[in-house]
Amino acid sequence: MIDNKKKISIISFSGDFDKLVAAFTLATGSAAMNYEVNLFFTFWGLYVIKKKKGHDFTGKGMLARTFNFLMGGVNNVPLSRLNFCGISPKLMTALMKKRNVATLNELYKAAHDLGINFYACEMSMHILGLKLDDFDNNIKEVIGVPGFLKYSEGGDRIFI
Amino acid sequence: MARYKLDITKEHCPMTFVKTKVELAKLKQGDLLEVILQAGEPLENVPKSVIEQGDKILETNLIKDNIYTIFIEKN
Repeated sequence: MIDNKKKISIISFSGDFDKLVAAFTLATGSAAMNYEVNLFFTFWGLYVIKKKKGHDFTGKGMLARTFNFLMGGVNNVPLSRLNFCGISPKLMTALMKKRNVATLNELYKAAHDLGINFYACEMSMHILGLKLDDFDNNIKEVIGVPGFLKYSEGGDRIFI
Repeated sequence: MARYKLDITKEHCPMTFVKTKVELAKLKQGDLLEVILQAGEPLENVPKSVIEQGDKILETNLIKDNIYTIFIEKN
């Protein structure tokens, strides 16, 4: 094994299907190229790592619960363009399968298999009334800006 | 030493080298993995990824039009 691994840290801010595919493609590809990869989920990006993958009243407080219900989970992430009330991500996934390109769920599983570090943003979780237990069990840590700076130090930082 | 086989001829970037790396992670030191892959991106990126993580490419063979096999020894 080669020491002194290169590092890439990706801030997954957008909850859009296409941007998540881009973030996970870059993350898994980098990990397979022996990079240390950190994925920091903040704001809309948090919805992809929710345990409940569909619409569910998750969270604390009436407003946050309603908001989280409307947003849903990874099964409800919209396409950034031509979403057509949520039909387009399903059509896009079907097209990806037809063309033998990894779907968002496959990339997500690959990210876990490759040992990519998942971090959740403390401030966004607080706003949305979400707690660690609402997320995927593989979330390594809930962190803020200092934590992100610490873990991403010495590597490339990318915002998607 | 055990021998394993992986067919990634239908895969595209990044799953070509992602699947190879995930498969290699399951093997023990000295095990052999035969990967069947297409020319172009897979043939370029899979060996690069394998070498980056310290494993060894033993040989690369053309088996039919645009289809290759590479033999990898797990380090």
